[in-house]
Amino acid sequence: MPQVNMTVNGKPASGDVEGRTLLVEFLRETLDLTGTHVGCDTSQCGACVVHVDGKAVKACTMFAAEADGAEVLTIEGVAAPDGTLDPVQEAFHQHHGLQCGFCTPGMVMSAKALLAENPTPTEAEVRDYLEGNICRCTGYHNIVKAIMAASGQDVSKIAAE
Amino acid sequence: MYAFDIERPTTLADAVKLLAASDENQALGGGQTLIPTLKQRLAMPEVLVSLTAIDEIKGISEDDEGRLCIGAATTHAEVAAGAGKYPALAALAGNIGDPAVRNRGTIGGSLANNDPSACYPAAALGSGAIIVTNTREIAADDYFEGMFATVLDEGEIITEVKFPVPEKAAYMKFEQPASRFALVGAFVAKYADGVRVAVTGASEEGVFRWSEAEAALGSNFSPDAIERLSLSGDGMISDLHGSGEYRAHLVGVMTKRAVAAAG
Amino acid sequence: MPKDGGIGASSKRREDARFLTGTGNYTDDINLHGQAYVHFLRSDVAHGKINGIDTSGAEAMPGVIRIFTGKDFESAGSIPCGWQVTDRFGEPMKEPRHPILAEGKVRHVGDPIAAIVAETREQARDAAEAIELDIEDLPAVIDMKAALEDGSTKVHDDLSDNLCFDWGFVEENKQAVDDAIKSAAHVTTLELINNRLVPNAMEPRVAVGDFNRGTGEHTLYTTSQNPHVIRLLMGAFVLNIPEHKLRVVAPDVGGGFGSKIYHYAEEAFCTYAARELNRPVKWTCSRSEAFLSDAQARDHVTKIELALDADNNFTAVRTETYANMGAYLSTFAPSIPTWLHGTLMAGNYKTPLIYVNVKAVFTNTVPVDAYRGAGRPEATYQLERVIDKAARELGLDPIALRRQNFVTEFPYATPVAVEYDSGDFHRLMDKLESRADFNGFAARRAASEKNGKLRGLGINCFIEACGIAPSHLVGQLGARAGLYESATVRVNATGGITVMTGSHSHGQGHETVFPQVVADMIGIDESMIEIEHGDTANTPMGMGTYGSRSIAVGGSAMVRATEKIINKARKIAAHLMEASEADIELKDGQFSVAGTDKSVAWGDVTLAAYVPHNYPLEEIEPGLEETAFYDPNNFTYPAGAYACEVEVDPDTGKVTIERFTTADDFGNVINPMIVDGQVHGGLVQGIGQALLENCSYDADGQLLSASYMDYAMPRADDVPFFSVDHSNGTACTHNPLGVKGCGEAGAIGSSPTVVNAVVDALQSGGIKLDHVDMPVTPGRVWQAIQSAK
Repeated sequence: MPQVNMTVNGKPASGDVEGRTLLVEFLRETLDLTGTHVGCDTSQCGACVVHVDGKAVKACTMFAAEADGAEVLTIEGVAAPDGTLDPVQEAFHQHHGLQCGFCTPGMVMSAKALLAENPTPTEAEVRDYLEGNICRCTGYHNIVKAIMAASGQDVSKIAAE
Repeated sequence: MYAFDIERPTTLADAVKLLAASDENQALGGGQTLIPTLKQRLAMPEVLVSLTAIDEIKGISEDDEGRLCIGAATTHAEVAAGAGKYPALAALAGNIGDPAVRNRGTIGGSLANNDPSACYPAAALGSGAIIVTNTREIAADDYFEGMFATVLDEGEIITEVKFPVPEKAAYMKFEQPASRFALVGAFVAKYADGVRVAVTGASEEGVFRWSEAEAALGSNFSPDAIERLSLSGDGMISDLHGSGEYRAHLVGVMTKRAVAAAG
Repeated sequence: MPKDGGIGASSKRREDARFLTGTGNYTDDINLHGQAYVHFLRSDVAHGKINGIDTSGAEAMPGVIRIFTGKDFESAGSIPCGWQVTDRFGEPMKEPRHPILAEGKVRHVGDPIAAIVAETREQARDAAEAIELDIEDLPAVIDMKAALEDGSTKVHDDLSDNLCFDWGFVEENKQAVDDAIKSAAHVTTLELINNRLVPNAMEPRVAVGDFNRGTGEHTLYTTSQNPHVIRLLMGAFVLNIPEHKLRVVAPDVGGGFGSKIYHYAEEAFCTYAARELNRPVKWTCSRSEAFLSDAQARDHVTKIELALDADNNFTAVRTETYANMGAYLSTFAPSIPTWLHGTLMAGNYKTPLIYVNVKAVFTNTVPVDAYRGAGRPEATYQLERVIDKAARELGLDPIALRRQNFVTEFPYATPVAVEYDSGDFHRLMDKLESRADFNGFAARRAASEKNGKLRGLGINCFIEACGIAPSHLVGQLGARAGLYESATVRVNATGGITVMTGSHSHGQGHETVFPQVVADMIGIDESMIEIEHGDTANTPMGMGTYGSRSIAVGGSAMVRATEKIINKARKIAAHLMEASEADIELKDGQFSVAGTDKSVAWGDVTLAAYVPHNYPLEEIEPGLEETAFYDPNNFTYPAGAYACEVEVDPDTGKVTIERFTTADDFGNVINPMIVDGQVHGGLVQGIGQALLENCSYDADGQLLSASYMDYAMPRADDVPFFSVDHSNGTACTHNPLGVKGCGEAGAIGSSPTVVNAVVDALQSGGIKLDHVDMPVTPGRVWQAIQSAK
């Protein structure tokens, strides 16, 4: 089996893979980075979103072999080494943007990619960007709110009573 | 998935060689359609030849005739960001799938697959694009051969797509609510020598040109021009998400809206 | 003012720390040394006779360890049904055998035929393809009414027909209801379909079986909402394993919504195979497989009639429903269209006469069971749709008609066997009216019309029976289990507390909310309390989480156990301060003697309990740990009033949700932030049912919506921000916290609100139609508009 070498969360990682080994399988099973989840097999749910060379991709729809030489960031690598949460993670916590937590890693990775592209997105832009991330728990309300808050916008008026 | 090997050639010549080595070898673009297909064990390649490491078939440029030339391995996200010269095309690319899909999916992969609900076939046909392969140039009018079928030969690789840039154009997509592919998508482009209207998502024959609309818009490029046109639901896709009759109706609505958006 | 902590505070969730950093522990994250993988070969036909299964070629494939078929489980028990319904004639429902692997016949697409255990997943799947099946196609029974016709093919050959039961409720009222409808001034009739859904928790199911030959202990790690229930059902009824030799662990679980209540064949298989093969066996369901193997939901075909007198008072309701059971009875399937549906047909109204008839039908489809709301959405949907239609027929304001018929006196005994303990429906409606800006609707409608859109306003009221419990009640109704809840409160020597609950969190936030209650009772910081749940080895027997029962029943058990702790601690404190126990007060974590300045801290008392040097050993035992089981004497009855504004694009038929406002009565609220989140999530599941989600089979029993390519899950851009309110609830009168439960409200209340709004929008455009079936897809709306023209 060919070997792949990549940088995952800032550290070198390598392992033997089959052609059919998906990036998500390599992360979960070879590297034991189980924070990246698999929620579907048709590339829709987005629970598996990671960053490859700075871009959000679905790790269930990319072969590990194709990430050879790439820089990969997973949910495990988002917080600072001392455990301080990234602003997106912190906003999800402050605004209750997660319930069961299963879609959360993909949501956080997509949200980070959005804010990198568009530092102050509108509500519509956030909702549009999340087209490939399905959450069954939150109704998206607090996810959208959290992402807008993470961008520094005042969300105190959202859905004010 | 069945077992297979992956090769990642860095030159087009190597990719052609690898694909020619066996009938069981298959090209892999961004994989956004092929990988889910492989998961269902609906394909059994021996070797997947990944085209994503071949720099010579990536990127966006302009040729001497002013056409926008897009390398086949250029991702949807790159087209959305880089096809400013053809805003309707950039907008179409920026609405395919979702952001993560757009970071992997490629124009060549989409056109080679020719999903009847994909967006790019409408852009290519609606622009009268030229599909360039490792062996030849194919006019879009001659390229599509129905659902998931094209004139590409075994082992033939799309390398580039050349888009003549229209005076004005727009694409309107009505999304199928689950897959978010086009339930119906209409691409309208006005050129000096006439108007082209290409429709995706609707027909059992895949992407098609709506010639009656083209004629009507040729003389009067306004939504009113197609007000009285109607399409039959016969031959239109009918499924859980809409009848053929509904799709036929949506073709008119989306075309009108595309004309209005094109201005 | 928001509180800093304790009851009523929006404490931030402690679960988030692991879920936000990828360090949760979901079942698929568990990999045991030496584990093998199982792949289930499933039927690709809806109905067929198994003439032969040849596994010889497959057994020789690389990596294959063993292949199991139905024959291996002939002596195992049937996957049990936990609820027995008695029909109109006093006969028990039909209850066919539900084998772990198909025996003789396959009865739905996805029915497992063989289980291939191999060294890797792909090897197991490769071998599955090498199994030679000889299956003779039989006609599929899909349509419920056709299934009941004489001569229909039978799903189960050993039953007389496909009717599981014909249930009447309240049977004694039938004649009176018929008479009332006959003599009514006005009768509004509506036929509708409550569409079949797939629950689609984002985490697909997983099971890992393990066996220790040295101790004889079986362990099952599984994605469950109720590990003790799985232990009981699987141990006692399927595999004959005593509970003390069976541990069931449901670690972090990625959503359930009902679909992870039930005991599934794959759990029993992995537990059994681990013992047979003496190595761990793991199954991870793919999403495609989940569409064919997770219990599905709803699927009622209903005719409802509402009778009114000349003054527009509701005089009677009569409904007839066909309820799809699928091919086998899932764990709680029979209870959903009966006791969780018929008992709510009074709704918020004082209709004196109600008769509910339900015919439960076997078909060649995936089994159907509870999904968020379970029976109550089906009840609410038909009742609130028919009231809306009645208001239109009579030219009445839909709010006024509802208000006129509201129950206003509590407790209120309905004619359908339940007693609402508290509520104030007028106040909920007042709040809705003030918050939803009905006055501005006309202007918003005019603005929509300017853009070529039709705007509609939908109103809905609902009540639900939650806190699913009273064992004595549910026992009378056919439950084969008790529905109490349990808690053990273990106080450590240094004052910290571990609460072990039989309740289970799969997103609800127990680890945050439960400590708020205990912290409040003792007056210590929430951070001193930790919650354990999900492991039968370290939690008391509990019934798990569903039916909005966690805080109402599980929380109450915890309150009772904490009261016991406080009582004992008070005795210790009295001893330490040489005072009378009657004079001991507990405030802010300090025990003091009334009228003196003497006090001891919580930590001093807990230390004394474990270091009993100066301790009333003659009166009480050392240690500070108490268990309580709580079994309430009634359900709880959350209620709500919802308003939705939609825009309909008449050119495409597309419906968009523009505004959604709620006013809920959840009784007392422990953590408003979490309650808001529960409502948001429920709303979108109900909106999904109303507009998007459609589990659809073709006539041959093939699932048409078998993946996210065709089953439309609500996305972020399908919904707006919501305006939700649950202030000033009326406290539940019978549990110690006064709580009612909030998990299902959104899903119960939203679907009818949306459809009422769509019909209102269409009517405003001159499209005279009374109903569009869910999901109200663009294609259906467009078709409805064409038909009405």
